[in-house]
Amino acid sequence: MIEIAVQKELLGSIGKMDLNVTLSIESKSFVALSGQSGSGKTTLLRILAGLEPALGKIRVDDELWLDGTHCLPPQQRGIGFVFQDYALFPNMSVLENLLFVRKDKALAKQLLELTELTELANRKPATLSGGQKQRVSLCRAMMNRPKLLLMDEPLSALDPTMRNKLQHEILTLHKNFGTTTIMVSHDPSEIYRLSSRVVVLSQGKVIQDGDAKGVLLRTQGSQKFSFEGELLDIVKVDVIYIAIIAIGQQIVEVVLDGSEAKALHVGDSVSISAKAFAPMIQRLEK
Amino acid sequence: MLEKLMALEFTPFLISFKLASLTTAILFIVSLFLAWNLSQSKSRFKPIFESITALPIVLPPSVLGFYILYALSFHSPIGRFFQDVLGIKLVFNFSGLVVASCFYSLPFMVQPLQSGFETLPKNMLEASYIAGKSKLRTLFCVAMPNIKPSLMTAIVITFAHTVGEFGVVLMVGGSIPNQTKTASVAVYELVEIMDYTSAHIYSGIMVFISFLVLLLVYVFNRNQNHHLGGLS
Repeated sequence: MIEIAVQKELLGSIGKMDLNVTLSIESKSFVALSGQSGSGKTTLLRILAGLEPALGKIRVDDELWLDGTHCLPPQQRGIGFVFQDYALFPNMSVLENLLFVRKDKALAKQLLELTELTELANRKPATLSGGQKQRVSLCRAMMNRPKLLLMDEPLSALDPTMRNKLQHEILTLHKNFGTTTIMVSHDPSEIYRLSSRVVVLSQGKVIQDGDAKGVLLRTQGSQKFSFEGELLDIVKVDVIYIAIIAIGQQIVEVVLDGSEAKALHVGDSVSISAKAFAPMIQRLEK
Repeated sequence: MLEKLMALEFTPFLISFKLASLTTAILFIVSLFLAWNLSQSKSRFKPIFESITALPIVLPPSVLGFYILYALSFHSPIGRFFQDVLGIKLVFNFSGLVVASCFYSLPFMVQPLQSGFETLPKNMLEASYIAGKSKLRTLFCVAMPNIKPSLMTAIVITFAHTVGEFGVVLMVGGSIPNQTKTASVAVYELVEIMDYTSAHIYSGIMVFISFLVLLLVYVFNRNQNHHLGGLS
């Protein structure tokens, strides 16, 4: 069980902001931390790692990591941290990166096998691809059998295929080791696949906290579909208007009438929902 | 010319290189910790320490030499302490020269090391702390192996700069043959007595050695960059 009640004044893009978060996290759970950039997610993660000072209390099982201003240094917390930019040690091979954390060859071998890196054990990080580097970083974080695994947007620098593969590996590791995990992520499919709970931060406060489905589904009432997107353009065709909207990686067209077109401006964030359709679903061949 | 070359006294070169080797060794150890702490410090007072460290670059060697001479002499408490308590005289001998050179060449060791440490990604050092490693262990196992070009630059430039020092050596050492007369001072004296042939030979040797040293640094750094393919 992890009890968090921390406070810290941050200097954000919109001036001073108070990070004020109270959370309790079950052992062995997988929590996704979401929210807009600048909402304090990374800072919260760094406070948990002991890399940034803060006020308040952090209790992990029966250890006090933070009590008032007394702060246990990161060296003594026994955590794993996966950075977005991997942060591997360039002077050490893949295996040496792992063994630097702990001289446990059996565990290193097991982790490398689980992530299919055995072949690359003696390569230097500079010769690896982004996905391979992040897998090494993940293995390295698991090397001291952490009580808590923290991941700061671990997959956001990777392409979608590699992301899928790594999500699968994160899940495998989580199942194998049962490590309590907190992961910062923006990607709804990633959050849904991996986490059992989603905490959304805004302006340093928790604004939503629940299971992935409850937090991520955007539909309200009788809506069947609801998407959020950005209005890219409005084109006039005869008497109607067509709005071009970007939803995630895709572009869709929606027909508008004159009054709707006048109320909207290019660049607006919009929500698109439908009620009456019976959606058809077809498998896409890859 | 040939007989000049045969009759040439090489002791000044030996003194120069002995002085430079000792100074470099001492400064490397001292500066490693100084540069590491400066690079990691977020203190308000950091600019003060940085300015003090950089002072020898801007001060005229005569000013620096004068202060060091005064500090090490019997007129100052420091000089008196060394002479009375430890029985070491620190002016107009080789030991004094080493002390003076350490002050004179300090920034040439500290600055490349510090900027090397500062280019290391913060996350990489944090990853080492999270892995449970102390700051000292991180310095030796993570930071140092990843700034090899900076280490090389710092060592070689400090060595070369100490070989080339003149003003401070003259003031603190006093050009005593076989003790404190370094190659640079020897050239100065040869020019004064208008022995231009010897001065040419001495200077030529200095130019050649300096060029070789610098070439070595650049070739090494080029190979390192190829080999590592940059950080990350």
